Amino acid sequence: MNPVTFLTQMIRIAIPYLFAASGGVVAERAGIVSLTLEGFMLSGAFGAVLGANYSGSPWVGVLTGILAGLIFSLIHAVATIRYRADQVVVGVAINLLAIGVTRFFLKLFFDSSSNSPRVTGFGGNIKAAGFDNPLLWLGLLVAPVMAFVIYRTPFGLRVRAAGEHPDAAESVGVSVKRVRYAAVALSGMLAGLGGVYLALDQHQFTDQMTAGRGFIAISAVIFGRWDPIKAAFACLLFAAAETLQIQLQGSHAIASQFIEMIPYALTIVALAGVVGRAVPPAALGKVEG
Amino acid sequence: MTGSPLAAEIKPTVSGAPWRERAEEALIPPLVALLVALICGDLLILSYGQSPAAVYRLLLEGTWGNAYGFGQVLYKATTLAFTGLAVSFGLRAGLFNIGGESQLAAGGFAAALTGLALPVGTPLILALPLCMIAAGAAGGVVGSVPAYLKTRFGAHEVIVTIMLNFIVLALLNWFIAGHLHVPETLHTPEIHAGVLPRLADISPQFHGSAANLALIVAVLAAGVVWFYLFRSRGGYDLRAVGLQPSAAEYGGISVGRVWLRALTLSGMIAGIGGINYVLGYKHYYEDGFASGAGFMGIAVALVGRNHPIGVLVAAFFFATLSQGGLAIHAFVPKQMMDVLQGVVILAVAVSVPEVRRILRGARRRSDA
Repeated sequence: MNPVTFLTQMIRIAIPYLFAASGGVVAERAGIVSLTLEGFMLSGAFGAVLGANYSGSPWVGVLTGILAGLIFSLIHAVATIRYRADQVVVGVAINLLAIGVTRFFLKLFFDSSSNSPRVTGFGGNIKAAGFDNPLLWLGLLVAPVMAFVIYRTPFGLRVRAAGEHPDAAESVGVSVKRVRYAAVALSGMLAGLGGVYLALDQHQFTDQMTAGRGFIAISAVIFGRWDPIKAAFACLLFAAAETLQIQLQGSHAIASQFIEMIPYALTIVALAGVVGRAVPPAALGKVEG
Repeated sequence: MTGSPLAAEIKPTVSGAPWRERAEEALIPPLVALLVALICGDLLILSYGQSPAAVYRLLLEGTWGNAYGFGQVLYKATTLAFTGLAVSFGLRAGLFNIGGESQLAAGGFAAALTGLALPVGTPLILALPLCMIAAGAAGGVVGSVPAYLKTRFGAHEVIVTIMLNFIVLALLNWFIAGHLHVPETLHTPEIHAGVLPRLADISPQFHGSAANLALIVAVLAAGVVWFYLFRSRGGYDLRAVGLQPSAAEYGGISVGRVWLRALTLSGMIAGIGGINYVLGYKHYYEDGFASGAGFMGIAVALVGRNHPIGVLVAAFFFATLSQGGLAIHAFVPKQMMDVLQGVVILAVAVSVPEVRRILRGARRRSDA
């Protein structure tokens, strides 16, 4: 196994996770449960293909993909913040809605129930191994940037306050609702970008193409204890496991199904606190009276 | 994230509010959701240049209008009734079981293994209970893990059940793909015993539809769940914990034990649902047969307002949507129903707290 191919493949696999997990961190730190990342990613992937197909430019696809993620995240935000609906139920609904809407539009725009036509993506130079894709570099930058935003900016302070002590934040004049709207919108755009990367990398949209990646991202958020940098390392770890699984294919050294389980098993272990307990933000998922 | 907020959302009104008020709070949200879904459906149908009235008529004719379509609705409703009962059972104890998908699959797998292990010609009266026990045990084991991790370590059951879905489904895939499949397929050989009669065997009009006697088991299960929840000591404890765990603890109920029991039983109910496909329809376990029915159980429980009768009605409703998609597919893509399912859940989730606020506000005003 060539270590350079291993590393490059691992990074390419990790990029969608890095985008989505950064989004998950910011929404959950603001107190809103992020079971919706899967739906945001899927809608972002479809939005990207729609824009890239009709404009012929991947950059338009990036914008339409972000917009699609944003639209779904605003539905989530209005339902959970304005109407105080249960965040887990709305999360389930958003994911189902994203599957349904992308399927319906796939049929409406491309007359297919499985995949879109081929669209132009970024780069494509074989020697560059995917590193001539600007989104890949953006994906590598997103975690440090989010860490700066969350720990070093006034907005980040408000986000953390909204997720830990919403009452205290309100008492000093912070609008918890507004902060949460912003955080959820940001998470929708970031997870949408994860979907954009995925779709443009594969040059098409396929039905349910995110295939649980949003849940891996949520695992990374929890395993990374709601910290952007730790969550990013969790993304890289999970991507490494996936790369290993691909590289080992056919060797029968270990059944691929067991490598598939690694992110989920590690998340349960982290939650159960076998090696230092993962403690969520105090106000996560609470419905404000 | 302690205790599901949903439990508080859906709990019956405390302190014996009059029957009519409770009925209003329970029934208005699903009706609002139905209205919203109809309007969304109109828009989607119009976006395809078709007439909503004609498409809706086609939908009704293809589902309730003929015995085959109706049989298919009943078949789909059967699995949804089990997963819906499972989710609502957990929610009554304040726990959100999102693991229905893997519990259903594990139950179907265990039922198929039992059906394969029994000798050919085992009478149904013996084979059915054995398969059901195996299915329930498998689902119950999957359900007990998040319950144990919650009571022992405080791990949140929502995340653990989601993660467990992926783990259990991968494990089942490994069993099937690596060990038990008929070559070139992803299913087990046909079972030797435990095959349930179909409705078509009793009444020939249902010919071709998959509806089978598991339907009766589902209705009985709803009855048992109702009796347990509302007429037994254990159910009283369970609902008390769901309403207010700290008060229940203070009142002498062991909250941890109730949680463990609730999620294990919830997993068992979902697991037994596996018999509908395995014993009633295909007569083998196939990888991926659950295909979202476990997740739809959440929608069914929500729309059915966590009451066994409501769950049966909601299961019938969502099964009609799913079968109706096939009936209208020539005119509007069946994918429209996937959209409407999401819309219904979203609309109910939003209107439950909203309707309660509005109704209570109105009552306060009229009292004053």
